[in-house]
Amino acid sequence: MEILKPAMAGTLESSDAQVMVEPGEDGIELSLESSVMNQYGRQIKATVLETLERLGVENARVAVVDKGALDCTIKARVECAVFRSCGQSAENIPWGGAVK
Amino acid sequence: MIPRPRPERFRLRRTMMFMNAQKPGLIKDAYIYGCDSIMLDLEDAVAENQKDAARFSLYHALKTIDYGDTEVIVRINGLDTPHWQEDIRVCVAGGADGIRIAKCESAQDVLTVEKAVEKAEEEFGVEKGRTLLMAALESPKGILNAYEICSASERMLGVAISGGDFRKCMQTKPTPDGIDMVTARGMMLIAARAAGVQCFDTVFTNLDDQEGFEAEVLQNKAMGFDGKSLINPKQIRFVHQVFAPTEKEIIQAEKIVRAYREQSAAGVGVFTVDGKMIDIAFIPGAERTLKLARACGLWEGDLV
Repeated sequence: MEILKPAMAGTLESSDAQVMVEPGEDGIELSLESSVMNQYGRQIKATVLETLERLGVENARVAVVDKGALDCTIKARVECAVFRSCGQSAENIPWGGAVK
Repeated sequence: MIPRPRPERFRLRRTMMFMNAQKPGLIKDAYIYGCDSIMLDLEDAVAENQKDAARFSLYHALKTIDYGDTEVIVRINGLDTPHWQEDIRVCVAGGADGIRIAKCESAQDVLTVEKAVEKAEEEFGVEKGRTLLMAALESPKGILNAYEICSASERMLGVAISGGDFRKCMQTKPTPDGIDMVTARGMMLIAARAAGVQCFDTVFTNLDDQEGFEAEVLQNKAMGFDGKSLINPKQIRFVHQVFAPTEKEIIQAEKIVRAYREQSAAGVGVFTVDGKMIDIAFIPGAERTLKLARACGLWEGDLV
C-alpha cells in the first residue's frame, strides 16, 4: 500500500501505542519512543516493520510512541494508521489476509 | 493464533461484562475477572471517529488473547449505522463466539444480521452456523416483538433488555423497586422462555449505590433471569453469589436426579423424595441446579 496522506491511530494511554504515518520517499524511516525501550525496543521495532512489510508499505515515515502495548496492539495501531492514510479503513478490510 | 472451541448456544451466562473494544488496557486481560461472558463493545463505548480503529484492535485481541473459558461476545453497531456490516465481518473473521445485535426491533433485524453472518462465514472459511446471535431490546417495539425476535434463528442464544434506551423511550427513570421496568422485564422473560432462549437483565450504572445494585440483582434472580449485563468487575461476585444454588437446593437436586434414575430404571414414573411428589417434570430443573452448582464450584459430582 502506498501512504497517501498523514494519518494517526492509537492513544497515549497505558497499554496502548500511538502510530503516525506520513508519505516518505526513501524506504521506511522509523522513529520509536517507548516506556519500555530497554526491555522491548527491538521487539517493537521488529513488529512494526513486519506489519508494514505485510501491508506492502515500502516508503513511509513512521513515528511510534509506545506506552507498554502488547504486540497485538502495536499491529492493530500500525494497520489502522496505514489504512487510514489510504482512506480505506472503514470497510472491506482483508481480515486474515494482509491483516493478520 | 488462539483457536476457540465451538461456541455453546446454551451455557452458563450469569455475568456478561461490557468492555470497550477500542481500549487495549481493558481487553488484554478481561478473562481474569471470572465473568462468564465478556462483551467487547464496538457500539456506544467507541467514538464515531474510532470505529475503524476499534475493529483492528478487536481483530487482533480475538486472534491473540487466550480468553480461556470466558465467552467472547461482540456488541455491533445498530442496523441504522454505516458500521454494522464491517463489524460483522471482523467478528466472524476473528472467531468471536457471538454477536449482540443492538437496538433489535423485529425478527427481520435478526434475519438481516444472520444473512450477513452467513456471508462472512463463507468468506472467511468459518464453519457455517458457528457464530451465535443475541439481541438487545432497547425500545417498546423491541419488547412487543420479543417472541418473534427470540425465535427468529437457530443461532439465537438469548435476549437482553437495555435499560438506558428503554427508559428514555418510556420517559421514566430508574426506581429503587424497579417498577419502571417490571412490565418490560416480565414480557421479555415470558417471550424468551416461550422461545427456549436465555434472558438477561440490563446494566446497573451507579457504581456507588451497592445497595441498589444488590436489590436489583435479587429481583432479577426472583424474576427468573439467567444473568445480568455488568459494567464493572466489582459487580461480578455478588451476581455469582445470588445466582448460585443454596446447599439445600443442591442436596435436593442430587437426590431427585438419583431417585429418578433408579425409579425409571425400575419402571416407576412418579415417586416421592422427602415427602414431595417427583416426576419427569422436575428433572430438567434439578439437572440445571447441579450444572449451575458445579460451575459455581459448589458441587463436584458426575450425575450431569
